[in-house]
Amino acid sequence: MQPAQAPGPGVRRELDQESRDWLSDLRAEGMVYDAAVERLYELLLRAAGFEANRRAAGIASLDRSEIDQIVSDSAGDALVSVLARLDDFRGLSKFTTWAYKFAILETAVKLRKRAWRDREIPRAPEGWELVQDLRHAPDHDAEQGELLTAVRDAIATVLTPRQREILVAVAVNGVPIDVLAERLGSTRGALYKTLHDARRKLRATLVDAGFDGGELGDTS
Amino acid sequence: MTDELVRRLLGPQRRPLSCEQCFAELDRYVEWKLSETDEPFETCAFCESDDCVQASECLSMGAHLESCPACDEEYASLRDLVLSERSA
Repeated sequence: MQPAQAPGPGVRRELDQESRDWLSDLRAEGMVYDAAVERLYELLLRAAGFEANRRAAGIASLDRSEIDQIVSDSAGDALVSVLARLDDFRGLSKFTTWAYKFAILETAVKLRKRAWRDREIPRAPEGWELVQDLRHAPDHDAEQGELLTAVRDAIATVLTPRQREILVAVAVNGVPIDVLAERLGSTRGALYKTLHDARRKLRATLVDAGFDGGELGDTS
Repeated sequence: MTDELVRRLLGPQRRPLSCEQCFAELDRYVEWKLSETDEPFETCAFCESDDCVQASECLSMGAHLESCPACDEEYASLRDLVLSERSA
Protein backbone atom coordinates (compact mmCIF):
# COMPACT_ATOMS: atom_id res chain seq x y z
CA MET A 1 0.00 0.00 0.00
CA GLN A 2 1.39 3.38 -1.00
CA PRO A 3 1.37 5.98 1.78
CA ALA A 4 -1.08 8.81 1.28
CA GLN A 5 0.31 12.31 1.11
CA ALA A 6 -0.58 14.01 4.33
CA PRO A 7 -1.04 17.73 3.80
CA GLY A 8 -2.30 18.39 7.28
CA PRO A 9 -1.02 19.03 10.74
CA GLY A 10 2.63 19.57 11.25
CA VAL A 11 5.12 17.56 13.18
CA ARG A 12 4.50 17.18 16.90
CA ARG A 13 6.12 20.09 18.64
CA GLU A 14 8.45 18.02 20.74
CA LEU A 15 9.51 14.55 19.71
CA ASP A 16 10.26 12.12 22.53
CA GLN A 17 13.93 11.35 23.11
CA GLU A 18 13.70 7.71 22.02
CA SER A 19 12.15 8.68 18.68
CA ARG A 20 14.78 11.37 18.19
CA ASP A 21 17.49 8.80 18.81
CA TRP A 22 15.99 6.40 16.29
CA LEU A 23 15.84 9.08 13.62
CA SER A 24 19.32 10.30 14.37
CA ASP A 25 20.84 6.81 14.28
CA LEU A 26 18.98 5.79 11.12
CA ARG A 27 20.25 8.93 9.40
CA ALA A 28 23.81 8.36 10.54
CA GLU A 29 26.48 6.47 8.64
CA GLY A 30 28.78 3.55 9.32
CA MET A 31 28.53 1.49 12.47
CA VAL A 32 25.89 3.67 14.11
CA TYR A 33 23.61 3.21 11.10
CA ASP A 34 24.31 -0.52 10.84
CA ALA A 35 23.55 -1.06 14.51
CA ALA A 36 20.35 0.97 14.25
CA VAL A 37 19.17 -1.04 11.26
CA GLU A 38 19.85 -4.23 13.16
CA ARG A 39 17.87 -2.98 16.17
CA LEU A 40 15.06 -1.87 13.88
CA TYR A 41 14.91 -5.29 12.25
CA GLU A 42 14.65 -6.93 15.69
CA LEU A 43 11.85 -4.54 16.59
CA LEU A 44 9.97 -5.32 13.37
CA LEU A 45 10.55 -9.04 13.85
CA ARG A 46 8.91 -8.78 17.26
CA ALA A 47 5.91 -6.94 15.80
CA ALA A 48 5.58 -9.44 12.96
CA GLY A 49 5.76 -12.30 15.44
CA PHE A 50 3.08 -10.67 17.58
CA GLU A 51 0.77 -10.38 14.57
CA ALA A 52 1.49 -13.92 13.39
CA ASN A 53 0.73 -15.36 16.81
CA ARG A 54 -2.64 -13.62 16.80
CA ARG A 55 -3.65 -15.00 13.44
CA ALA A 56 -1.85 -18.23 12.75
CA ALA A 57 -4.08 -20.42 14.90
CA GLY A 58 -7.00 -19.60 12.64
CA ILE A 59 -5.26 -20.82 9.52
CA ALA A 60 -5.45 -24.53 8.83
CA SER A 61 -2.34 -26.45 7.78
CA LEU A 62 0.06 -23.65 8.65
CA ASP A 63 3.08 -25.13 10.35
CA ARG A 64 5.71 -23.48 12.53
CA SER A 65 8.36 -23.26 9.84
CA GLU A 66 5.97 -21.53 7.48
CA ILE A 67 4.93 -19.09 10.20
CA ASP A 68 8.60 -18.33 10.94
CA GLN A 69 9.23 -17.72 7.25
CA ILE A 70 6.28 -15.33 7.00
CA VAL A 71 7.45 -13.48 10.11
CA SER A 72 10.97 -13.17 8.75
CA ASP A 73 9.80 -12.05 5.28
CA SER A 74 7.37 -9.56 6.79
CA ALA A 75 10.02 -8.04 9.04
CA GLY A 76 12.38 -7.74 6.07
CA ASP A 77 9.75 -6.10 3.86
CA ALA A 78 8.74 -3.77 6.67
CA LEU A 79 12.38 -2.80 7.22
CA VAL A 80 12.68 -1.78 3.58
CA SER A 81 9.46 0.25 3.82
CA VAL A 82 10.45 2.01 7.04
CA LEU A 83 13.88 2.97 5.75
CA ALA A 84 12.44 4.20 2.45
CA ARG A 85 9.80 6.29 4.22
CA LEU A 86 11.78 7.70 7.09
CA ASP A 87 11.07 11.24 5.91
CA ASP A 88 7.32 10.52 6.06
CA PHE A 89 7.49 10.11 9.84
CA ARG A 90 5.71 13.19 11.15
CA GLY A 91 6.33 12.65 14.82
CA LEU A 92 2.64 12.32 15.63
CA SER A 93 3.31 9.06 17.46
CA LYS A 94 6.35 7.38 18.92
CA PHE A 95 8.73 6.19 16.22
CA THR A 96 8.31 2.57 17.33
CA THR A 97 4.51 2.74 16.97
CA TRP A 98 4.95 4.20 13.49
CA ALA A 99 7.43 1.46 12.55
CA TYR A 100 5.30 -1.33 14.03
CA LYS A 101 2.42 -0.60 11.69
CA PHE A 102 4.54 -1.54 8.67
CA ALA A 103 5.37 -4.92 10.18
CA ILE A 104 1.76 -5.55 11.13
CA LEU A 105 0.56 -4.62 7.65
CA GLU A 106 3.10 -6.89 5.94
CA THR A 107 2.34 -9.82 8.23
CA ALA A 108 -1.43 -9.42 8.11
CA VAL A 109 -1.46 -9.24 4.31
CA LYS A 110 0.76 -12.30 3.94
CA LEU A 111 -1.29 -14.33 6.40
CA ARG A 112 -4.61 -13.36 4.82
CA LYS A 113 -3.26 -14.38 1.43
CA ARG A 114 -1.97 -17.62 2.90
CA ALA A 115 -5.35 -18.34 4.50
CA TRP A 116 -7.08 -17.93 1.14
CA ARG A 117 -4.35 -19.54 -0.95
CA ASP A 118 -6.28 -22.70 -1.72
CA ARG A 119 -9.75 -21.21 -1.58
CA GLU A 120 -11.98 -20.14 -4.41
CA ILE A 121 -13.33 -16.63 -4.12
CA PRO A 122 -17.12 -16.99 -3.87
CA ARG A 123 -18.66 -15.26 -6.84
CA ALA A 124 -21.56 -12.83 -6.70
CA PRO A 125 -24.43 -15.33 -7.14
CA GLU A 126 -23.62 -17.04 -3.83
CA GLY A 127 -23.96 -13.72 -2.08
CA TRP A 128 -27.20 -13.08 -3.90
CA GLU A 129 -28.66 -16.27 -2.58
CA LEU A 130 -27.77 -15.22 0.94
CA VAL A 131 -29.44 -11.84 0.51
CA GLN A 132 -32.53 -13.51 -0.93
CA ASP A 133 -32.65 -16.14 1.81
CA LEU A 134 -32.48 -13.48 4.48
CA ARG A 135 -35.67 -11.91 3.20
CA HIS A 136 -37.46 -14.99 4.54
CA ALA A 137 -35.54 -15.27 7.77
CA PRO A 138 -37.69 -15.23 10.91
CA ASP A 139 -35.60 -12.64 12.75
CA HIS A 140 -36.75 -9.57 10.90
CA ASP A 141 -40.01 -7.70 10.57
CA ALA A 142 -41.83 -6.46 7.49
CA GLU A 143 -39.96 -3.15 7.49
CA GLN A 144 -36.58 -4.86 7.47
CA GLY A 145 -37.80 -7.20 4.74
CA GLU A 146 -38.82 -4.20 2.68
CA LEU A 147 -35.40 -2.62 3.17
CA LEU A 148 -33.58 -5.82 2.23
CA THR A 149 -35.69 -6.14 -0.90
CA ALA A 150 -34.90 -2.56 -1.83
CA VAL A 151 -31.18 -3.11 -1.19
CA ARG A 152 -31.20 -6.28 -3.27
CA ASP A 153 -33.04 -4.55 -6.12
CA ALA A 154 -30.67 -1.59 -5.97
CA ILE A 155 -27.66 -3.89 -6.10
CA ALA A 156 -29.17 -5.53 -9.19
CA THR A 157 -30.12 -2.37 -11.01
CA VAL A 158 -27.81 0.53 -10.13
CA LEU A 159 -24.42 -1.11 -9.60
CA THR A 160 -22.03 -2.02 -12.37
CA PRO A 161 -21.09 -5.71 -12.57
CA ARG A 162 -17.68 -4.87 -11.10
CA GLN A 163 -19.19 -2.92 -8.20
CA ARG A 164 -21.63 -5.76 -7.57
CA GLU A 165 -18.90 -8.39 -7.62
CA ILE A 166 -16.69 -6.48 -5.19
CA LEU A 167 -19.51 -5.49 -2.83
CA VAL A 168 -20.88 -9.02 -2.58
CA ALA A 169 -17.44 -10.58 -2.20
CA VAL A 170 -16.31 -8.24 0.58
CA ALA A 171 -19.53 -7.32 2.38
CA VAL A 172 -21.48 -10.56 2.06
CA ASN A 173 -18.94 -13.32 1.57
CA GLY A 174 -16.24 -11.84 3.79
CA VAL A 175 -13.39 -12.05 1.31
CA PRO A 176 -10.47 -9.94 2.62
CA ILE A 177 -10.06 -6.88 0.44
CA ASP A 178 -6.35 -7.43 -0.20
CA VAL A 179 -6.94 -11.05 -1.20
CA LEU A 180 -9.65 -9.96 -3.62
CA ALA A 181 -7.41 -7.19 -4.96
CA GLU A 182 -4.67 -9.68 -5.72
CA ARG A 183 -7.05 -12.06 -7.51
CA LEU A 184 -8.53 -9.25 -9.56
CA GLY A 185 -5.15 -7.71 -10.39
CA SER A 186 -6.02 -4.52 -8.53
CA THR A 187 -5.03 -2.77 -5.31
CA ARG A 188 -6.61 -2.60 -1.89
CA GLY A 189 -7.12 1.15 -2.23
CA ALA A 190 -8.76 0.86 -5.65
CA LEU A 191 -11.15 -1.84 -4.46
CA TYR A 192 -12.07 0.14 -1.37
CA LYS A 193 -12.85 3.12 -3.63
CA THR A 194 -15.09 0.90 -5.77
CA LEU A 195 -16.76 -0.40 -2.63
CA HIS A 196 -17.33 3.12 -1.36
CA ASP A 197 -18.78 4.28 -4.69
CA ALA A 198 -21.11 1.27 -4.76
CA ARG A 199 -22.34 1.98 -1.24
CA ARG A 200 -22.94 5.63 -2.03
CA LYS A 201 -25.02 4.63 -5.05
CA LEU A 202 -27.04 2.21 -2.95
CA ARG A 203 -27.70 4.80 -0.27
CA ALA A 204 -28.75 7.43 -2.82
CA THR A 205 -31.09 4.96 -4.50
CA LEU A 206 -32.69 4.00 -1.20
CA VAL A 207 -33.18 7.64 -0.21
CA ASP A 208 -34.77 8.32 -3.61
CA ALA A 209 -37.07 5.38 -2.95
CA GLY A 210 -38.26 7.00 0.27
CA PHE A 211 -36.10 5.39 2.94
CA ASP A 212 -34.82 7.66 5.70
CA GLY A 213 -31.15 8.33 4.99
CA GLY A 214 -30.45 8.77 8.68
CA GLU A 215 -31.76 5.32 9.46
CA LEU A 216 -29.79 3.44 6.85
CA GLY A 217 -27.14 1.74 8.87
CA ASP A 218 -26.33 4.98 10.59
CA THR A 219 -22.93 4.52 12.15
CA SER A 220 -21.69 8.03 12.67
CA MET B 1 -28.24 -10.79 11.18
CA THR B 2 -30.39 -8.74 8.85
CA ASP B 3 -29.26 -5.47 10.39
CA GLU B 4 -25.66 -6.59 10.24
CA LEU B 5 -25.94 -7.54 6.57
CA VAL B 6 -27.55 -4.22 5.69
CA ARG B 7 -24.83 -2.42 7.64
CA ARG B 8 -22.13 -4.28 5.73
CA LEU B 9 -23.79 -3.66 2.38
CA LEU B 10 -24.46 0.03 2.91
CA GLY B 11 -21.34 0.90 4.88
CA PRO B 12 -21.01 3.95 7.09
CA GLN B 13 -23.04 7.05 6.50
CA ARG B 14 -20.07 9.33 6.98
CA ARG B 15 -17.46 9.61 4.24
CA PRO B 16 -14.61 7.32 5.34
CA LEU B 17 -10.89 7.78 4.89
CA SER B 18 -9.30 5.65 2.17
CA CYS B 19 -7.14 2.66 3.08
CA GLU B 20 -4.01 4.72 2.36
CA GLN B 21 -5.17 7.61 4.52
CA CYS B 22 -6.12 5.20 7.28
CA PHE B 23 -2.65 3.68 7.21
CA ALA B 24 -1.02 7.12 7.28
CA GLU B 25 -2.99 8.01 10.43
CA LEU B 26 -2.99 4.63 12.14
CA ASP B 27 -0.09 5.16 14.58
CA ARG B 28 -1.33 8.60 15.65
CA TYR B 29 -4.87 7.28 16.06
CA VAL B 30 -3.81 4.24 18.11
CA GLU B 31 -1.76 6.33 20.51
CA TRP B 32 -4.54 8.87 20.84
CA LYS B 33 -7.10 6.14 21.56
CA LEU B 34 -4.81 4.70 24.21
CA SER B 35 -4.02 8.02 25.83
CA GLU B 36 -5.53 8.47 29.26
CA THR B 37 -4.70 12.08 29.77
CA ASP B 38 -6.72 15.14 28.86
CA GLU B 39 -4.60 15.83 25.81
CA PRO B 40 -6.43 17.95 23.26
CA PHE B 41 -7.89 16.03 20.37
CA GLU B 42 -5.69 16.14 17.30
CA THR B 43 -7.54 16.03 14.01
CA CYS B 44 -6.27 13.87 11.19
CA ALA B 45 -4.75 15.34 8.08
CA PHE B 46 -7.52 14.43 5.71
CA CYS B 47 -11.12 15.11 6.68
CA GLU B 48 -13.02 18.19 7.66
CA SER B 49 -12.35 18.56 11.33
CA ASP B 50 -15.18 20.55 12.95
CA ASP B 51 -17.41 17.54 13.57
CA CYS B 52 -14.44 15.54 14.80
CA VAL B 53 -13.41 18.22 17.28
CA GLN B 54 -16.98 18.44 18.59
CA ALA B 55 -17.22 14.67 18.91
CA SER B 56 -13.61 14.41 20.12
CA GLU B 57 -13.20 11.48 17.76
CA CYS B 58 -11.68 10.97 14.33
CA LEU B 59 -15.01 10.24 12.68
CA SER B 60 -13.80 9.45 9.18
CA MET B 61 -11.18 7.10 10.59
CA GLY B 62 -13.91 5.40 12.61
CA ALA B 63 -16.07 5.15 9.49
CA HIS B 64 -13.22 3.56 7.59
CA LEU B 65 -12.41 1.03 10.30
CA GLU B 66 -16.08 0.10 10.49
CA SER B 67 -16.28 -0.55 6.77
CA CYS B 68 -12.87 -2.10 6.09
CA PRO B 69 -12.29 -5.31 8.07
CA ALA B 70 -8.66 -5.56 6.93
CA CYS B 71 -7.72 -2.12 8.23
CA ASP B 72 -9.76 -2.72 11.37
CA GLU B 73 -7.80 -5.90 12.07
CA GLU B 74 -4.54 -4.04 11.63
CA TYR B 75 -5.74 -1.26 13.91
CA ALA B 76 -6.63 -3.80 16.61
CA SER B 77 -3.26 -5.51 16.24
CA LEU B 78 -1.27 -2.29 16.52
CA ARG B 79 -3.33 -1.16 19.51
CA ASP B 80 -2.82 -4.47 21.28
CA LEU B 81 0.89 -4.56 20.48
CA VAL B 82 1.40 -1.06 21.90
CA LEU B 83 -0.69 -2.00 24.94
CA SER B 84 1.31 -5.17 25.51
CA GLU B 85 4.57 -3.21 25.39
CA ARG B 86 3.26 -0.70 27.90
CA SER B 87 2.29 -3.41 30.34
CA ALA B 88 5.51 -5.41 29.88
